[in-house]
Amino acid sequence: MTTAAVATATRAMRRPARSRSLKAWYRNGTLVAGLVIVGLLVLVAVLAPLLTPYDPIKQDLQNSLLSPSADHWLGTDKYGRDVLTRLLYGARVDLRVGFLAVLIPFVIGSVLGALAGYFGGWFDTIVMRVVDVFFAFPFYVLVIVLVFVFGNGEKSIYLAIAAVSWVAYAKIMRGELLVAKKQDYVVAARLGGMSHGRILVKHIAPNVLSQALIYAMSDIVMDIMAIVTLGYLGLGIAPPTPEWGSMILDGQEFITTQWLQATIPGLAVVVTSLGLSLLGDGLSDLLSPERRK
Amino acid sequence: MPGATAQTAARRASHVPVQPGVPLLSVQDLTIGIRGSAGRSVAIVEGVSFDVAPGQRMGIVGESGSGKSLTLRAIAGLLPKPVEVLSGRVEYGGADLLTMPAKKRRTLMGPEIAMIFQEPMTALNPVVRVGDQIAEGPRRHLGMSAKEAGELAVSMMARTGIPDPRRRARAYPHELSGGLRQRIMIAMAVSCGPRLLLCDEPTTALDVTVQLQVLRLLERLCSDTGTSLVFVTHDLAVINQTCSELAVMYAGHIVESGRVAEVFRQPRHPYTRGLLESAPDFDRPDRELIPIPGFPPNVADRPAGCPFAPRCGYVRDHCTEAMPPLAEVAPGRLSACYESDRLTEVLA
Amino acid sequence: MLDRFRFVPIRLLQSIPVVIGVTIVVFFMVHLLPGNPALTILGQTATPERVAALNTQLGLDKPLWDQYFIFVGRLLHGDLGDSLTYQRPVFDLVFQAVPITLSLLAFALVLSLVISVPLAALAATAPGRLRDLLVRVFTLIGQGMPQFWVGIMLILLLAVKARAFPVGGYGQTAAEHPYYLFLPALTLAIAMSPTTIRSLRASTINVLGADYVGTARSKGASGISLFRGHVLRNAAIPTVSIIGVNLGYLVGGSLVIEKVFAIPGLGSLMINAIFSRDFPTIQAVALFVALFVIVVGILTDVVYTLIDPRVDLSSRERA
Repeated sequence: MTTAAVATATRAMRRPARSRSLKAWYRNGTLVAGLVIVGLLVLVAVLAPLLTPYDPIKQDLQNSLLSPSADHWLGTDKYGRDVLTRLLYGARVDLRVGFLAVLIPFVIGSVLGALAGYFGGWFDTIVMRVVDVFFAFPFYVLVIVLVFVFGNGEKSIYLAIAAVSWVAYAKIMRGELLVAKKQDYVVAARLGGMSHGRILVKHIAPNVLSQALIYAMSDIVMDIMAIVTLGYLGLGIAPPTPEWGSMILDGQEFITTQWLQATIPGLAVVVTSLGLSLLGDGLSDLLSPERRK
Repeated sequence: MPGATAQTAARRASHVPVQPGVPLLSVQDLTIGIRGSAGRSVAIVEGVSFDVAPGQRMGIVGESGSGKSLTLRAIAGLLPKPVEVLSGRVEYGGADLLTMPAKKRRTLMGPEIAMIFQEPMTALNPVVRVGDQIAEGPRRHLGMSAKEAGELAVSMMARTGIPDPRRRARAYPHELSGGLRQRIMIAMAVSCGPRLLLCDEPTTALDVTVQLQVLRLLERLCSDTGTSLVFVTHDLAVINQTCSELAVMYAGHIVESGRVAEVFRQPRHPYTRGLLESAPDFDRPDRELIPIPGFPPNVADRPAGCPFAPRCGYVRDHCTEAMPPLAEVAPGRLSACYESDRLTEVLA
Repeated sequence: MLDRFRFVPIRLLQSIPVVIGVTIVVFFMVHLLPGNPALTILGQTATPERVAALNTQLGLDKPLWDQYFIFVGRLLHGDLGDSLTYQRPVFDLVFQAVPITLSLLAFALVLSLVISVPLAALAATAPGRLRDLLVRVFTLIGQGMPQFWVGIMLILLLAVKARAFPVGGYGQTAAEHPYYLFLPALTLAIAMSPTTIRSLRASTINVLGADYVGTARSKGASGISLFRGHVLRNAAIPTVSIIGVNLGYLVGGSLVIEKVFAIPGLGSLMINAIFSRDFPTIQAVALFVALFVIVVGILTDVVYTLIDPRVDLSSRERA
């Protein structure tokens, strides 16, 4: 619909493009906002012991279910523990598990998907059939069942999430490879006698990894959601370790009297995911601007 | 069908009174562009004026980027964002389309003014049956029932020469050929009996043989019903076949206008002459084609003075100082060239 | 016209290997349990007799492949074993719960469209302007909210404070069900809306720039009639597949939401089964849900074909 005249005029209206410098970074508000939020959260998690005088686990039944006050800004839970303290320590658990949970499926899924896409043939067929089977199970169904099967605890959360979410990386990487292997530079490298391994690592990986990375950012959000949900269902990180999901579960009991207790940890999750989403959007702008509409 | 025509006529009377001697469409000093912050606006089309009398067929010719399509879209109120009319008037039957309420203007679109687009593939909604797309206008504007409008659509399709119209009305656009799709577009445009038809390069996307059929159809429909036409194209041969009047646009300005036959016989602007000499002529295939050297200027950095000066063989010093005004050089002939007196050669 | 739906039987045939894969995964769930599954299920204090009895009931005393084929054979007869908790065929339990979960999902789907379509339209008609920004903030925050927490917040606001809706449960009569299902359905709808809005916004912006919208405007169409007649259906085409994928995700979410609102659907059945280590029930729910997702995948393509006359999946399958 745009006529040629409009195209040139629009180009003329734009300010002259600056070089890809730090300025481009600053202008990318989304990325900066994401970095700031996530950075602050990580800082709070790391500095938790310095930020609060209370112990996140030690019970003080004399002071249970206190309303917010100068001593306890967000009140205390049913075991008399300071809610703010548990919130800060909870950030340690949820962020750590969320970030670590992404690593295994990222590596396994990317490698399998890349090999399937690059070599094709029977290997591709088998991998994609397995991917189809796993895709048939909704994320939560499989994660919940697997956490149950592997037993409670952090390790089984990693295993369950890895078993479920590698398929997405495999699908993305396979698609990228199908395109990449037909590119001239890859064909040229092959004709030049380069080995498959060298081509994959030297020529293809740098070009295709960005999509998997961008997906990983949204995947961290999904994993944190899963951890919190498992915690809420009583299948996640075992109490008394402070964790946002189980804090919501504890707070739900007192929803009529102390509604802050269920609300605040949820807000913490919202802020965390918001920061990570902004970071992911900003990264995707930065890594593949041409794909954005 | 007679019922429909009577209805159309009845509605018309209430809409826009047209007095004899008054142009149906009058574009006055139209400037189109992108409004920038702090007055940094860029004009793509500048100071365009022309009149179209009832029944007259006006061609606007120019290279891509000359602003001819935008001029047409401004008349139809379909400028693509962020482009807008910066100043000027577009009068239809004496009323300014640009200042009238959007609601009133929409009641004109269809029964008074209709438009035919360049790409019949993309200009038709891919998920709606073509018969329903034609019927939409009559249902909205002529108050027809779905059934009446459907019948009208089929008869309109028959009128545009579509074989087996009843079956084809139930087809989706992708199931029809390019020529048939453009006939559908035409049937859609004339379904409410408009008095002004706007055509944006309607034959560019078609094969040469189909082009000719579609042009003949358009011409016949217009002369049958006395419909006025504004026809935008880059192809001089097409203008010759369909239009009586001609305006040549270059870099957002009208540089020459007049009756088609006269302009073709004796161009009074170097650009028009260049266009004529660089276009193949089927009647005289042996004639030498002389391309115009260089390229049209970018909208952002148009030279001071005449925009054609850098490519012009007649250029003098004063050409680069100020834009030559569009002035009458002969009865009914306008040219925006200081040197138009030197262009007296008759091409024939 | 019907020709274009020839892909349905082909797709059904093609999903057979996937279904077989699903049964393998469901079957082997039991065998991923560390140590003796019967012992794990019954707990360490179980008597050897009970362990042996359960081993026989689960068929755990036979070679693995034999067990699998017995499992599949029973499956084909509609026999998924008995629930360890209720001592009833799990098939019955699942089929009691399915209509409840399906109506929750359908309700949620409708609500999510009611939320998404106007918001996407608002955003797409003024890209970069304030209302677009507000919609984007809504989608970003919506994506970041844990579903169960949204449920709890809705309970807090609309059930506890405003007392407009029940805190949980499914109600007794057919007339009560929609009233009881409203909050859980709204929860799921809020969870599902952000991706739908994002997709619909992008495709609407695309469609609004399309030539045929210009054509419609040149016929005098505008506002809602333009949107309904020419924009929505075209813009919905890419969104349909997004919703299809999302429905699978929604099934998973509904399991948790049912727990929050104490709705006796598949989710509550499964979560309760997990806590009572009722393995046949867990297997049955997982199997049913996976089959549901496969069917939704095919249905998505049917809808896709229905709304876009250009699509011919049958010819692609043949190619």
